[in-house]
Amino acid sequence: MTTITKRPAIGAPLDRRDGPQKVTGTAPYAYEHHFDKPLYLFPVQSEVARGRVTRIDASAAEALPGVVTVLTHDSTPRLADTSDHELAVLQAGDVAFRGQYVAAVVAQTLETARYAASLVRVSYDEEPHDVELRADRDDLYAPEVVNPDYPTDTQEGDFDRAFAAAAVRLDETYTTPMEHHNPMEPHTTVALWDGSDLTLYESTQGPHWIRGTLAQVLGLDQDRVRVIAPYVGGGFGSKTLHANTVLAALAAQVVEGSPVKFALTRQQMFSGVGYRTPTIQRIRLGADSGGRLIAVCHDAIMQTAKTKEFAEQAAVPTRTMYAGQSRRTTHRLAALDVPVPTWMRAPGEAPGMFALESAMDEMAISCGLDPVEFRIRNEPEIDPETGLPYSSRNLVACLLEGARRFGWADRNPQPHLRQDGRWQVGTGVASSEFPVVRFAGSVARISYLGSGRYLVAIDASDIGTGTWTALAQIAADALDADVDNIDLRIGDTSLPEASVAGGSSGITSWGSAIVEAARAFRDRHGHNPAEGDQAEASAPENPYANNYAMHAFGACFAEARVDADTGEVRVPRMTAVFAAGRIINPKTARSQFIGGMTMGLGMALHEESLVDPRFGHVLNHDFASYHIPANADTGQFDIAWIDEEDPYVNPMGSKGIGEIGIVGTAAAIANAVYHATGIRVRDLPITPAKLLR
Amino acid sequence: MDVDITLQVDGIQQQIEVDPRTTLLDALRERLGIYGPKKGCDHGQCGACTILLDGRRAVSCLALAVAHDGAEIITSQGLAAGGELHPMQRSFIEHDAFQCGYCTPGQIVSAVGMLAEAEAGWPSHVTTDISAGQVLLTDEEIRERMSGNLCRCGAYANIVPAIRETAGGARPR
Repeated sequence: MTTITKRPAIGAPLDRRDGPQKVTGTAPYAYEHHFDKPLYLFPVQSEVARGRVTRIDASAAEALPGVVTVLTHDSTPRLADTSDHELAVLQAGDVAFRGQYVAAVVAQTLETARYAASLVRVSYDEEPHDVELRADRDDLYAPEVVNPDYPTDTQEGDFDRAFAAAAVRLDETYTTPMEHHNPMEPHTTVALWDGSDLTLYESTQGPHWIRGTLAQVLGLDQDRVRVIAPYVGGGFGSKTLHANTVLAALAAQVVEGSPVKFALTRQQMFSGVGYRTPTIQRIRLGADSGGRLIAVCHDAIMQTAKTKEFAEQAAVPTRTMYAGQSRRTTHRLAALDVPVPTWMRAPGEAPGMFALESAMDEMAISCGLDPVEFRIRNEPEIDPETGLPYSSRNLVACLLEGARRFGWADRNPQPHLRQDGRWQVGTGVASSEFPVVRFAGSVARISYLGSGRYLVAIDASDIGTGTWTALAQIAADALDADVDNIDLRIGDTSLPEASVAGGSSGITSWGSAIVEAARAFRDRHGHNPAEGDQAEASAPENPYANNYAMHAFGACFAEARVDADTGEVRVPRMTAVFAAGRIINPKTARSQFIGGMTMGLGMALHEESLVDPRFGHVLNHDFASYHIPANADTGQFDIAWIDEEDPYVNPMGSKGIGEIGIVGTAAAIANAVYHATGIRVRDLPITPAKLLR
Repeated sequence: MDVDITLQVDGIQQQIEVDPRTTLLDALRERLGIYGPKKGCDHGQCGACTILLDGRRAVSCLALAVAHDGAEIITSQGLAAGGELHPMQRSFIEHDAFQCGYCTPGQIVSAVGMLAEAEAGWPSHVTTDISAGQVLLTDEEIRERMSGNLCRCGAYANIVPAIRETAGGARPR
């Protein structure tokens, strides 16, 4: 594997290169590529959760001045491929979930489109719907694999026997609710057909990725579709391809030559662009009298949609976290009349580790051990699932350094002991983990611009992750050039292909391609290139992929203060230490860790999408009732990382950092709340009612 | 039924025809192509569309354009007059007080408006002595006063010091 030896740019805390555009508001997000006379799309959403559209009366809408067309399942152009039911928008009258698009208005102004949509009358043959996830359903099934391709169930040894023989046992069920990503920028498409060419200005985490699927669905050659997304206002897993993008493309086809702008409203983002499935997780742990785990079992139940399967891998982290000879993990799904769930920041890990790390806290207490010591005592020497050595695993170092920074040593383990006026005070700890993911297919092109300057082109995405800056740093070191001499182009399918910004894989996948392209450039053109010299290369497969288990780890410590009268929880401080390989940019990396932990704070205390079983929709579908953390909810963050040398993960020695921040946070807070109050909340979020005695 | 109105946006006089249903936010973005104010919720719940409206911070999605004929508006673009970043904008960059950047113009405009409110002695929910007539801009005060501006990337921990540092001169002496 090519490795970078000299690294003056990697590791430098550079300011974001896109900073000036973002602070002035001039960075063009999808909706902001200006056109003189665009058309506006506003959808009509199903008011039933299951059934068939029998009649659509669009006459009042069509009579409004400024309305260009009303699309229904009868009038919308046919797609070439409708096998993905989530994307087969307005192709048939079937309704599979409440909020599904059943019509759409295209008009000359946004105001007209929205008003006209409210005038479209839709009649339905309504059928009974089924939207409730329960553990006692008799139709739970085992998917073929869980996201993305993990085995559904695993078993080593004889769990039942080991559990029965254990000196200390835990058998508890933990639940997490439906959650919505809610990036600040709504999902947006501006679609323009010009002859047989389609251009999309899109809010997406992966221009090339969605182009491939979209071209297939529309029956177009990929080269006829261009997706442009230089700036993306957050994604967190939701900005992949959903029906809204297909709908905008179809509408633009109908009004060929005119750009069609379609931005979802905040409310529409609660039904059409994915969510984190609710989970019901039973954890069983058995330990010997010395506090060593001998039996580990994690059974996870989630929901999916009848129209399309998404299998959250909630029990997968338990396969690698701790030692214990006899182990079992299972995943079961209920297929419901609901929108399709999807990846949401640390899918699998975020809900799964809330369950496991809460259980580890309970188990430590049952074993009479400090929770840090209990985890260290159960540190595996090799990956328990694969039997492979770890490329690097520094969880213990994170726990010890975190404990030192946080001041854990003075902690009295007795719960419900510290009181500060009305506030009950406690502290908690949890581990974090996230796998090192590399997606295939990324290609980088490097061109020499003269005067020492290089152009690096790759269709990578910056969804707030710092890609604009970090990739320039990697390119600088790979080329042995000054970072100020690197011009970077990303976010456009006219650039060389790149994989999606997901799975915390971006820097690994794209950075590896850039390092390879730099090597190819130097091989071909040497160190004194001529203007216009160019080289292109794709990221190679990792030769160590089958030799090592590769994961990032971390430890999160939280202080919780719980109002004894109201049950209000505050988290005045958190400390987290991560072992995530080499950090490319300490400034932006720290922000990503804190950002993940802030979302974890919301997961712990605030976030819950409430489905009304009578109608099948999310009731609290706005920021007033689905509370994401606000500034006043947050406290102090103390962030550090271990200087980790890992020569096996990629040429930079880096591991993904976009998701691991959220992973341990909810459990650390729940464990701190227990320590403060003596009340164990196993059902997120930890709302005040759950803490009132 | 469109209505003629005049807005002074970032120091430039703009005459536009608007549908009476048009919000100030949509007038700025869709009619004038000024995209600094962002649409995050269109319900006054996220603050991404914050502007200075006649000198005070306001969510432009909850204001109808026709109701503000003649108004003076400053957006994030106007704060960087003459191409030079406002101290608050520089501080946001230095403190890495944003990630995706979508809430950022609203945060910055809100912060500038907030400092003026604090300077004028306006109390907040966390002000202990509301009769003092002056505000000590602690981190708690900044957090409280900035909680109308949501950030899903979770940049609050950097937004607070970015504002605190810029506020330096705004603290009571």
